[in-house]
Amino acid sequence: MPGGVVRVYGLLAWTWIRAAAQYPVSMVLLTFATAAVSMLDVAAIMVMFTRAPRIAGFTAPEVLFLYGTSALSFALADILFGTTERLGKHIREGTLDAMLVRPVSPLIQIATEDFSPRRLGKLVPASLVLALALPRLDVDWTAGRAVMIPAMVLAGVAIFSGLWVLTASLQFVLIDGHGATKSVTYGGAFLTQYPLSMFARDFVRGVTFAVPLAFVNWQPGLYVLDRADPLGLPEAARFASPAVAVVVCVLAGFVWRAGLRHYRSTGS
Amino acid sequence: MIEVAGVGKSFTVRRRAGRIRRSRTTVAAVDDVSFEVAAGEFVGYLGPNGAGKSTTIKMLTGILTPSSGSVRVCGLDPSRQRTTLARRIGVVFGQRTTLWWDLPLRDSLTLIRHLYRVDAAAHRARLAELTGLLELGPFLDTPVRQLSLGQRMRGDLAAALLHDPELLVLDEPTIGLDVVSKATVREFLARLNSERGTTILLTTHDLGDIERLCRRVMIIDHGRLAYDGDLSRLRATVDAGRMLVVEFARPCPPISLPDVIVERVQGPRQWLRLPRTANAAAVVAALADRHEVRDIALRDADIEDVVARLYRQVGTLAK
Repeated sequence: MPGGVVRVYGLLAWTWIRAAAQYPVSMVLLTFATAAVSMLDVAAIMVMFTRAPRIAGFTAPEVLFLYGTSALSFALADILFGTTERLGKHIREGTLDAMLVRPVSPLIQIATEDFSPRRLGKLVPASLVLALALPRLDVDWTAGRAVMIPAMVLAGVAIFSGLWVLTASLQFVLIDGHGATKSVTYGGAFLTQYPLSMFARDFVRGVTFAVPLAFVNWQPGLYVLDRADPLGLPEAARFASPAVAVVVCVLAGFVWRAGLRHYRSTGS
Repeated sequence: MIEVAGVGKSFTVRRRAGRIRRSRTTVAAVDDVSFEVAAGEFVGYLGPNGAGKSTTIKMLTGILTPSSGSVRVCGLDPSRQRTTLARRIGVVFGQRTTLWWDLPLRDSLTLIRHLYRVDAAAHRARLAELTGLLELGPFLDTPVRQLSLGQRMRGDLAAALLHDPELLVLDEPTIGLDVVSKATVREFLARLNSERGTTILLTTHDLGDIERLCRRVMIIDHGRLAYDGDLSRLRATVDAGRMLVVEFARPCPPISLPDVIVERVQGPRQWLRLPRTANAAAVVAALADRHEVRDIALRDADIEDVVARLYRQVGTLAK
C-alpha cells in the first residue's frame, strides 16, 4: 500500500512543519543559513571555471547542468530520507524500540523526524545552478531531451534515497556486539562505537560522487547534451536510470528489512 | 489477552579474546517462561535488574523475536504481526520517552494521532478526556524537553492511550517520580483498569506500585519465572515473618536470642526479624531483661522484605 505510506509521510511531515512554523523568524533564518552553506559548493564550481573554462572537454554550462541535476536529486533525497542516518542514535538511545511499538514503519518515522521547511534551503543552490545552466546550453531541444531532465532528476532522487536507506541500514550491523550485551546488562558502553556510525554519513557523501554519477546524470546527461560516451557504453545505458533506481530501491528495502530482522533477534 | 508458552530468548555475547579473536557465549535472558493474562487483569511483573523483565516486555510487544516458544497477544503473534498488534496495545517505557523532545506535548500527540490514524473528532474527545484525567492542561503547549519527569510521564501515558488500546504495557512507569506524581499515576492506572477494563501489565522495582495496584504478581529471576500468583499468597509462601524495631537506651551489641535474626544495627536501634511462629511478647520481655528499652515497633514484613527473601531463596535453589 504505497499510497498509504505517502499519506502517512505527508501527514507526519506536515505536523513537523506546523510545529516549526510556530517560530517563524527562526525558521526563515535557518532556511537561509542552510541555503548559504550550500552555496559554498556553487562558489567552488564557479571558481574552477574562472580558471579553466573547459573541463575534460565540457563547457561551463554543461558541467553546471551535470552538477545541477545531480545536486537537485541529492537535495530532494536528502530532504526525504536524510534523517535516516540518525538510525544509529535511535538504536543507542533505545528510541527505536518506541518506534517499533507504533503501527507505522520505523523508516517513515525516522525519515519524517524533524521535518522542517528549512530543509528546503538545500534546494536553493541546485535550482539556481540549473536555472543558470539550462538557457546557456548549446543543445538542439527535442521533446525527448526536455522530458529526460525531470526523468533523470526523479530517477536520481530514487537512487540517492535508496543509498541513504542502504547506508543507514548498515548501522543495524555496525552497532552489533555492544548492543547484544546492552540488552542483557542495561549497560552503557555504547558510546565507544560512535565513530563507526558517523562513518556511514561520510560513506554516503563519498558514494554520492562515485556510483550514482554514472546513472543519476552522467548517462542521461550525455543524452541531453547529445554527446558520445567516452567509455563507449551502448546507447541503451542512457535510458537505464529508472531501472537502476528500481534495483537500488529494492535492494535498499531488502537490506533495511534484513537489518531490522537482525535488530529484533539480537536486540542490539 | 496474553498467552506465553515456554518462551526463551538468548543473546550471543561476543567478548574480546586476544587481539582479533572474539569468543562467543550465549546468554539466556529469558528461559522457558510460561504464563497467561486474562482480559481485565492488572498484573505486576517484577524482578531484579537484568532478570529478563524488559526482554519479556519486548517479546510481548513485538520488538524482539523470541528464540523459542510461542507468544500470543490479543490473539496475534507479536513478532510477525507487530504493526497490527501495535494498534491494539499501548506501551510506555519509563526510562525513556516515546514523545519528541523538541515538540510541544500537543504536537507530539498530533503525530501519534497520525501514526495510529485516529480520526480528528475521536482524537479531540479522547484528548479532552485524558487531559482532564491526567491534568495535562497546564503543559500541553510546553516542549517535551522542558517538562518535569512527572509531567512527561503523564504525557507518555496519554500518548500510549490515545488510540484506546485493550492492553497497556508499562515498563517501570514510576521510576524516578516524586511521591505526588507517583500517586497521580497510580490512581490513574487503577481507574483505567477498573472503569475502562483495560488490561494492564506493569514491570517495576517499586514495590509500592505492586502493593497499591496489582492483585497478581509475577516474579522473574535469572530469566525464569520464580513466582506467579496473588500477593497475599506470596506473603504466606515466603515467610518473611515480622520485623521488630527496638530502640535501646544506649547502643549495644547485636542481640542474640533463639529464632531472632538481627537484620540491621544503627546506633541504639536494632531491626530484628521474627518468624511468624515466634512469640513476640516473650522476645520483648527477654530484650527488656537484658537492656533498657526505650521504644518498640512491630510490623508485618513488607513486600520489599518478602521479595528480597524470595530472590535469595531462588538464588539458593539455583545453586
